[in-house]
Amino acid sequence: MVISLDNALGIHTQALTLYSQRSSVLAANLANADTPNFKARDIDFKGILRRAAMKTSNPASMKSTQPGHIGTSSTALAAERLYRQPDQPSLDGNTVEVQKEQAAFADNAMRYMATLRFVTGRVQGMMLALRGE
Amino acid sequence: MSLLGNFDIAGSALSAQSIRLNTVASNLANAETVSSTAAGTYRARQPQFETIFSDSMQNRQNMGVRVRQILESQGAPTQQYQPEHPMADEKGYIYLPNVNAIEEMANMISASRSYQSNVEVMNTSKQLLMRTLSLGQ
Repeated sequence: MVISLDNALGIHTQALTLYSQRSSVLAANLANADTPNFKARDIDFKGILRRAAMKTSNPASMKSTQPGHIGTSSTALAAERLYRQPDQPSLDGNTVEVQKEQAAFADNAMRYMATLRFVTGRVQGMMLALRGE
Repeated sequence: MSLLGNFDIAGSALSAQSIRLNTVASNLANAETVSSTAAGTYRARQPQFETIFSDSMQNRQNMGVRVRQILESQGAPTQQYQPEHPMADEKGYIYLPNVNAIEEMANMISASRSYQSNVEVMNTSKQLLMRTLSLGQ
């Protein structure tokens, strides 16, 4: 029996990837807080993760049998970035609201940490099973 | 990894904001620079920011910021009648830059706040990366 690390860690690895991608999007928003005509963006975290969860739990997913097929691998999460609806757009066309972005960034970092704890827990569990102490 | 890209993004913002702080310093330092002609007077400078869109499709997320150009204010310099001034022209006028000290101070505070928030992004990203590196321990 082969222990699949992907299965053992569950959806948490994908969640980690997604959180790190989202942190990049939010960092870009904060970096461009003073850029004229910059539109703040974010990713639809829930939707992407739900799709990823469906792919991993559903074994009857599509397979790519030809090299020309578009890959359907669940690890490659396509994070489509949507535009944020500003409460108060500024006159120069910028839609970044720094306080909101900072809050979202901190929230995202906390969730990343939490997911990291879950992964650590799984790894420690596996170590325990391997040692058999 | 995307978390490492955060350093590029926040770093580009830090350098852009420090250029903005530089122009503020330059404007304030030259606020009282007297000239004898209107054309030779110092004019207030402002940086213009733009988003860096990276070329490769994979790397679309890395959207930093850079200074596209430094614009000079087109406002007329202040004309003052001071015939006893050594720099006065033949009609007795001297010219002062069109620097508005209050605007510059507000600009400075805004730049330093943006700088701080980007430093915060870097710190948080660093913490997350360090935690990830010690995964499973």
